[in-house]
Amino acid sequence: MGSLTEPPPPVRRIVLDAEPRVVEAPVGGNGNGNGNGNGHLRHAARRRDPVSPPRERMQIEGLTIAYGGKVAVNSVSLPVRQGEVLALIGPSGCGKTTLLRSLNRLTELTPTASRSGRISLDGEDVDTLEVTQLRRRVSMVFQQPNPFPMSIADNVAYGLREGGGRRRSKSDMRPAVIDALQRAGLYDEVADDLDHPALRLSGGQQQRLCIARALAVGPEVLLLDEPCSALDPRSTETIERLIVKLREEVAVVIVTHNLQQAFRVADHVAFMYLGELVEYGLADQVFGSPHAKRTRDYIAGSFG
Amino acid sequence: MTALRAPAPPSPPVRHGAVESTASWSRLDRVGLALCWAAGLALCAICAAILLFMLFKGLQFLRPALLFSHPLPDLDQSRTGGFLDPLIGTFVLTLIGIAFALPIGVATAVWLTEYGRPAGLARAVESGIEIVAGTPSIVLAIFGLIIFQQHVFGFLSFTAQGGSVFGRSFLTAGAMMALLALPLVVGATREALNAIPAHVREASYALGASKARTIRRVLLPGARGGIATGATLGMGRIAGDTAIVVILLGASLQMQHGDGPPGYSILSGTGSTLTTYVYNNSPAGEGNAPDKAYAAAFVLLAIVILLNFAVGSIGGSERRVAWGR
Repeated sequence: MGSLTEPPPPVRRIVLDAEPRVVEAPVGGNGNGNGNGNGHLRHAARRRDPVSPPRERMQIEGLTIAYGGKVAVNSVSLPVRQGEVLALIGPSGCGKTTLLRSLNRLTELTPTASRSGRISLDGEDVDTLEVTQLRRRVSMVFQQPNPFPMSIADNVAYGLREGGGRRRSKSDMRPAVIDALQRAGLYDEVADDLDHPALRLSGGQQQRLCIARALAVGPEVLLLDEPCSALDPRSTETIERLIVKLREEVAVVIVTHNLQQAFRVADHVAFMYLGELVEYGLADQVFGSPHAKRTRDYIAGSFG
Repeated sequence: MTALRAPAPPSPPVRHGAVESTASWSRLDRVGLALCWAAGLALCAICAAILLFMLFKGLQFLRPALLFSHPLPDLDQSRTGGFLDPLIGTFVLTLIGIAFALPIGVATAVWLTEYGRPAGLARAVESGIEIVAGTPSIVLAIFGLIIFQQHVFGFLSFTAQGGSVFGRSFLTAGAMMALLALPLVVGATREALNAIPAHVREASYALGASKARTIRRVLLPGARGGIATGATLGMGRIAGDTAIVVILLGASLQMQHGDGPPGYSILSGTGSTLTTYVYNNSPAGEGNAPDKAYAAAFVLLAIVILLNFAVGSIGGSERRVAWGR
């Protein structure tokens, strides 16, 4: 009886595994201004100050997308900047995934989809770009890990081969493959298995492989469509760290249903509701003191 | 740490057998269940009976010499030889048939799943495949004979001195056999392609890959298991067909060369397969040598069963490779 006053070992282990809280204070207090770093989120904030100065890569102006007659995205305007992570949040069916897919013109694969408004990449209208070129510059990772049925190395090399002249031998591409795997934080785990089938990897590893594959083509913008929703917390954490690190090299846009995740990784947050952009602002502002009532309600969990 | 005492271990888990009694079932349901059991057991019994009977008869009459000697015409059964030619004929015809059916079938399946427009044409293709699948092989054989006796196709068989085309050869029979295997190849390939989720295709496009490259590098490798299954089923179907062999292969006792250079002349020549050998040597045929019919039937059954096992192992290893939806 008396021996049970202490917490049982499992609880203690979780506490030990958590990150030291000390890390949180300087990061949160570091100039992001008001009402931040109060540690109401369990994870230590991984987000730092935006990489300075953020550089505008894509500009969405008055974007409207309809499927058949049904409007999914209604005149949305947003900037996408390199050096920061933009999170699109909102209840299911609010058009955030449609918006994301329109950035590399994947919506065109849906026969009923129609679009108006302008999306530009580095000042060029995406409609004027050749679609395969555009998709190499604006690469995408999906909700479900989807490695191709080939080896790990071939998966990463898949996009590389599509580019430059034909016939690049496997050994020529090896350095680029390894570099992409390293940037995706997967290389150490698969260094000896590069020729093994990618579909034998675990879910979290598969998703990082998909990120490596997307990075290998050297994109300027990386689109992530709920990349962690099929993963366990540990893989999620690894990928979140990766996202925060990647924003220095590419502009990152992430769609997520997980508000805590959006808060952890995003610099700017766009809240969408029924196809409309309700609120756009810094993550701390949108989560800390949202202007719109609908944003406040959504974040408080009263709908969606 | 040491102060902590684990709670007393619970009593070891005990398996509680499924408490499923039909006592509460209505009489009709109980009769139904009994019929289900009976049907399953009867099927097993029939299958076992066929296998055991063929195994018994086969092993009784099968001699290695039968597999390696040519069939010969003779009134004395001890001098009619073995069935080397029909055995080779079965393999050659099966390979020719699947060599025609596989590329066409895979291409059809790819078009149907990845393009399939205009929708009217896709529906026409689908019903075309269904009609081919439902056509009795003897009808295909007669049709093939008419087609391949045209002068244009003379190079596929041999042309007699009067200029009339024989129309019967491994190539012409293989072409019609391909129609038997085609629906199986198309069906299995389509199923495998449809099992690849849309986001896998989109992931390829999102890396700047064209549709052609997506099909070639992602979808076809992903559908490998299905394609192999279809091919194996198709080969089993070809190996087991009799009507086309009788009408379009000539069902000659030995392989006869046709027109063309050596090698090709085998393909343009006639021959027989194990199925027609069994038929001809059965009491119904002119050979009337049931011993040899049993031996050949046993070999044929073994080939087809091996093919089915191959399907099982391919399907089994591929089913584990799957993407989330």
